[in-house]
Amino acid sequence: MRRFKTQVKSVTDTSSTILGEAVARATPAPIASRIRGLSDRSMAWLFITPAIALLLAVNIFPLIWAIYLSFTNFRANRPNAALESVGLSNYNRVLNDPNIWQAMQTTAHFVFWTILLQTLIGFSLAYLIDRKFRGHAFWTTIILVPMMLSPAVVGNFWRFLYQPQIGLFNHIVSFLTGIPPSSFEMLGSVRLSPWAIIIVDTWMWTPYVMLICLAGLRSIPDYIYEAAEVDRASLWRQFWSITLPMALPFIMLAVLFRGIENFKMFDMVTLLTGGGPGSTTEVASITLKREAFESWRTGRASAFAIILFVAVFGLANIYVKALNKVKQR
Amino acid sequence: MKTIKQALLGATSAFVLFVAAPNLAKADELTLCWAAWDPANALVELSKDFTSQSGTTMRFEFVPWPNFADRILNELNSGGKLCDLLIGDSQWLGGSAENGYYVKLNDFFDKEGIKMSDFADAAVNAYATWPKGTPNYWALPAMGDANAWFYRKDWFAQPEIQAEFKKKYNRDLAAPTTWDELIQVAEFFDGREIDGKKVYGAAIFTERASEGITMGATSALYPYGFKYENTPGKYDMEGAVNSPEAVAGLEAYKKLYKCCTPPGYTDAYMGESLDAFKSGQVAMAMNWFAFFPGLYKDEKVGGDKIGFFVNPKEKVAASTLGGQGISVVANTDNMDGALAYIKWFAQPDVQKKWWSLGGYAVHKTVLNDPTFTESQPFAADFLVAMNQVQDFWQEPSYAILLQAMQKRLHDYVVADKGTAKEALDGLVKDWTEVFKDDGKL
Repeated sequence: MRRFKTQVKSVTDTSSTILGEAVARATPAPIASRIRGLSDRSMAWLFITPAIALLLAVNIFPLIWAIYLSFTNFRANRPNAALESVGLSNYNRVLNDPNIWQAMQTTAHFVFWTILLQTLIGFSLAYLIDRKFRGHAFWTTIILVPMMLSPAVVGNFWRFLYQPQIGLFNHIVSFLTGIPPSSFEMLGSVRLSPWAIIIVDTWMWTPYVMLICLAGLRSIPDYIYEAAEVDRASLWRQFWSITLPMALPFIMLAVLFRGIENFKMFDMVTLLTGGGPGSTTEVASITLKREAFESWRTGRASAFAIILFVAVFGLANIYVKALNKVKQR
Repeated sequence: MKTIKQALLGATSAFVLFVAAPNLAKADELTLCWAAWDPANALVELSKDFTSQSGTTMRFEFVPWPNFADRILNELNSGGKLCDLLIGDSQWLGGSAENGYYVKLNDFFDKEGIKMSDFADAAVNAYATWPKGTPNYWALPAMGDANAWFYRKDWFAQPEIQAEFKKKYNRDLAAPTTWDELIQVAEFFDGREIDGKKVYGAAIFTERASEGITMGATSALYPYGFKYENTPGKYDMEGAVNSPEAVAGLEAYKKLYKCCTPPGYTDAYMGESLDAFKSGQVAMAMNWFAFFPGLYKDEKVGGDKIGFFVNPKEKVAASTLGGQGISVVANTDNMDGALAYIKWFAQPDVQKKWWSLGGYAVHKTVLNDPTFTESQPFAADFLVAMNQVQDFWQEPSYAILLQAMQKRLHDYVVADKGTAKEALDGLVKDWTEVFKDDGKL
């Protein structure tokens, strides 16, 4: 018996040796050691330097340049004019401009309502899809379609839908309420145009929130529900005590992504209303574009951009800290 | 060895030719930039004569109107070399002259015997000079234009409609000559059923993003007495921009918008106006003269069915200026070629052909020709309009001034925000800030 054990050990030792040699053969010697004068560290720097250079060129440099311009009177359409420092004057003017505060208020309105609606509808849809009813995969795909379309397509598509004379939207509302279709304008009315955009953004991006929520719901282990059922917890109780708390970090993540995106909302508003009627739907990004590329007040536009950047960055940081706390619970 | 040498020589020659060929071709080419619209097509046709005479191939960069200013001003600001020649908007003259984007043409005109006195005075002042009122020329007047009106002559001619109008207003139904009449006629047609279809009064400009509502509303403001300054060149806007007359003009424009435009007409400019008219939705529409030849040729609404009229007066006769001059871009690599094109274009015969093709020549040999007013159904109105045109600020800061007016007007007319007086008071405030920034106040 001892002899047998020895034999087994011997076979195992031999196998280990063979395996070790094979691994050694398969693992290449450090590449840098083959190139004279290059260490592994140098090689690593060589690989990441282009990426860092690109990052500096397209992200960091423009940011620093914009910060610099925000303290000057520079106008891009008057490049030959003398560049003068204006101190904090651009920031002062931006912060005291009622039009800009109006745009910020409009932006906040959009962000609040789109996030609220998208989170409620998105989570509800995810909850339903998670039940795995018959044909749930098909319906999931159908729900995801709006998210896959280009904003340009969606904007033009909805412009037609909202057309008061021939648009389907007005005719559906007319069919449901009896109001004549051409008696109201979704995109031309001061009262309705903000909601026209909120409806389209919700239609397009609710599936995105749904996907994130679905990932959250699917990450909850089944045994927790099984234990709850053993304890005879009602479905309502399971939802409030298990589903919602455990999916909350995912919901918060979706809110973060959508919040940042909608704060920068530009394409959809441009295509649907162009900021109008009047300035009713003029969100911050459109005001910024007008200031920079229509009025050509580059210095002032830079100051506004920096203020927006700081606002989004600050709010996102606070939010991420809250998110981390929720995750740790 | 000899074979290798020959091969090398051949390859080198081929390389040199390959590299040099685009430069040679470029020297024989000119790129002209303009907006994409009907007159641009006429210019392509006209320029074939220049190519056959000079051997220079003409290339064209036509940008749709909504993107025209963005695209071309970006090109100029960034020092691009896309355009050798540019037919740019009149408002760009001040900025382009002061920033050195255009070549000053005085010496060239003197050398070639091109006289500005050969062109209509209003056109020279609007499309060629900076500062205004001085003989400093940065462009050759190329395309005269003004905002005017067209209407459904066939609807106006229907006996039962005429009778009803006469009964209601105690005058004959005809093309309006005042803004009061214009609103009256628009109200009369609005909501009426013609040929089994509900129609509307008028298609006007309400566009917010570029210049639409400003160009439309000034067609009411100018006739009512709106002025940019009390004293030209003094930037004293209080009491001129927001005068009671200007307030009345803006109120009239809003009244027309509210009573008589088709549903969903909140962001409309040239294209939408043409669409509304061509689809038989409106009795009248405003647009630039540039589109009139195309409208007259239209099989559905042109010919006998269409009539034209100059912008109605109220207290004074006035029209909003459109049109452009042709400039040589200072950054061009082909200065001689570009100047040769200007010289060719300024010739009276070329100007005559330009008019016959659908371009709006403002050369006096064309305008003063006894047959001119009969040459097109809208020619007489064009002459009247070009003698009463008023233009927006041509200041280097025109873009900021225009954006401020776009916002104030759209807020009041379309979005129902405040009163006309408040809108114009706000405009004075905005413009004062701009001129203070520019050191002019």
